[in-house]
Amino acid sequence: MPEQPERPLPLFPEPDTAPFWAATAEHRLTYQVCRACGQVVFHPRRHCTCCTSGDLEWRDSAGAGTVYTFTVIRQHGHPFFRARIPYLVGLIDLDEGFRMLAEIAADPETLQVNQRVSVTWEDHADLSVPIFEAQ
Amino acid sequence: MAEPAAAIAGIHEFEKRVAGGLSPLQIKAECAARALEDARLTWADVDAIYDASEAGRIQGLTIAEYFGITPRVVDTTAVGGSSYEFQAAHAARDIAAGKANVALLTYGSTAHSESRAIGTGARFGSEAQPAANMERPYGLTLIGNYAMVARRHMVQYGTTPEQLAEVSVTTRRHAMRNPQAVAGLADIGIRNVREITVDDVLGSRLIADPLHLLECCIVSDGGGAVVIVSRAVAAGLRTRPAWILGTGEAVGYPASGADITTTAAARSGPEAFGQAGIRPEEIDIAMIYDSFTITVLAILEDLGFAKKGEGGAFVAGGRLGFDQPGAPALNTDGGGLSSNHPGMRGIFLLIEATRQLRGESTSQVPGARLAVAHGNGGMLGTRHAAATIVLGTE
Repeated sequence: MPEQPERPLPLFPEPDTAPFWAATAEHRLTYQVCRACGQVVFHPRRHCTCCTSGDLEWRDSAGAGTVYTFTVIRQHGHPFFRARIPYLVGLIDLDEGFRMLAEIAADPETLQVNQRVSVTWEDHADLSVPIFEAQ
Repeated sequence: MAEPAAAIAGIHEFEKRVAGGLSPLQIKAECAARALEDARLTWADVDAIYDASEAGRIQGLTIAEYFGITPRVVDTTAVGGSSYEFQAAHAARDIAAGKANVALLTYGSTAHSESRAIGTGARFGSEAQPAANMERPYGLTLIGNYAMVARRHMVQYGTTPEQLAEVSVTTRRHAMRNPQAVAGLADIGIRNVREITVDDVLGSRLIADPLHLLECCIVSDGGGAVVIVSRAVAAGLRTRPAWILGTGEAVGYPASGADITTTAAARSGPEAFGQAGIRPEEIDIAMIYDSFTITVLAILEDLGFAKKGEGGAFVAGGRLGFDQPGAPALNTDGGGLSSNHPGMRGIFLLIEATRQLRGESTSQVPGARLAVAHGNGGMLGTRHAAATIVLGTE
């Protein structure tokens, strides 16, 4: 039996995003808020992109949002994704005010922009990959 | 505006789309030599070098030795396909500042011969980077990235697949008038090279919804060179100079709540047009980076040729053909969609704009006086670099 191709995962050490991915192991979707100015910061990093403060607080998202846009991938050079086509990737606007790229587990023929989605988890050894599905 | 200080005086586009065993470095050197001859200059005249390191690492250090020149200015701006518009902007500034007299920009690639899957390959390399770490698990292809912009544009403004397809149709029409493009399309394996219709585009297979195969640029080998000179040098040349009247640079990246249908061209364009003292409606030739149909549509809007959301109607009905009055001629060489896209097309935008201002295009607009070259590098739906160059005959 040929080995099943595996989903590419984040690479470590990478100190900005390590806390985000550590939280996914507990099925927590996290984002940052600046304690000085209230700016929501995503992707994670060590400084506020609005006021230059380095005082950022990690918060848990409820994992619900709307589809801002999406595409249906129908051709891919990587064996894992080639086996998965057609599949959906989109930008999700989470209710807490941050936007993230993610896979959307939905029917390519019926998914709509502005549709409500919520997070589910695909478990791996040390982390879980957030994947959104239609509510 | 002040009298422009710098002009494009030498150009060369590598004639073939399959390099036949030449290396990217050899393509760069051949194009540089031909562009210098075009300007009746030689290696010894070059005092400023601009290089995107596409043919080797830290090329700012090594390319001067390879060419055999002794530069006073070394610029290694590398921002994907738009690198050459950024470099042209920097060359114009360096010349205006008196730091350089003859600037050389070169490009070489064997993407086709290497079977490089630019649009559908895995996008992230082996470096651990924060943005890549958030996106790597999802396998968003480059085409998929642009497709997300197209989807949003359709939802937000009612843009139709037929309107997007018009960009491919007009560009192929121009390519069929360009013998190098026609030969190149056959050489890279496209059967039955001919003009195409909106139905042909929409009948081609979806690669990443809503983008079809014929809405995606080709993958060719190729390269080019551009020589930019000072006013003093230009005065002694035989070619008609294409003056750099204005330049603008910008980047765009993901931001919560941002509108991804508006690109960084909305900032680089007004900067360039403002410096040139030119309005978009005065432009004869629009050389717009056509990685995909949506790239052109969104950028035409952002540069001010059409209101945001009205780009679909602006490109419809073949309006941007070289022989259509009342609108600029779009990508008259056949574009990246149908003539030449070895991965970073920006240099060809400068080259074809210059041909038009000299009266040498295969789809010549009679009396063309003003052109814009707008490069877009990176990925439109997430992070991209944009630079706008306004060129004129005087």
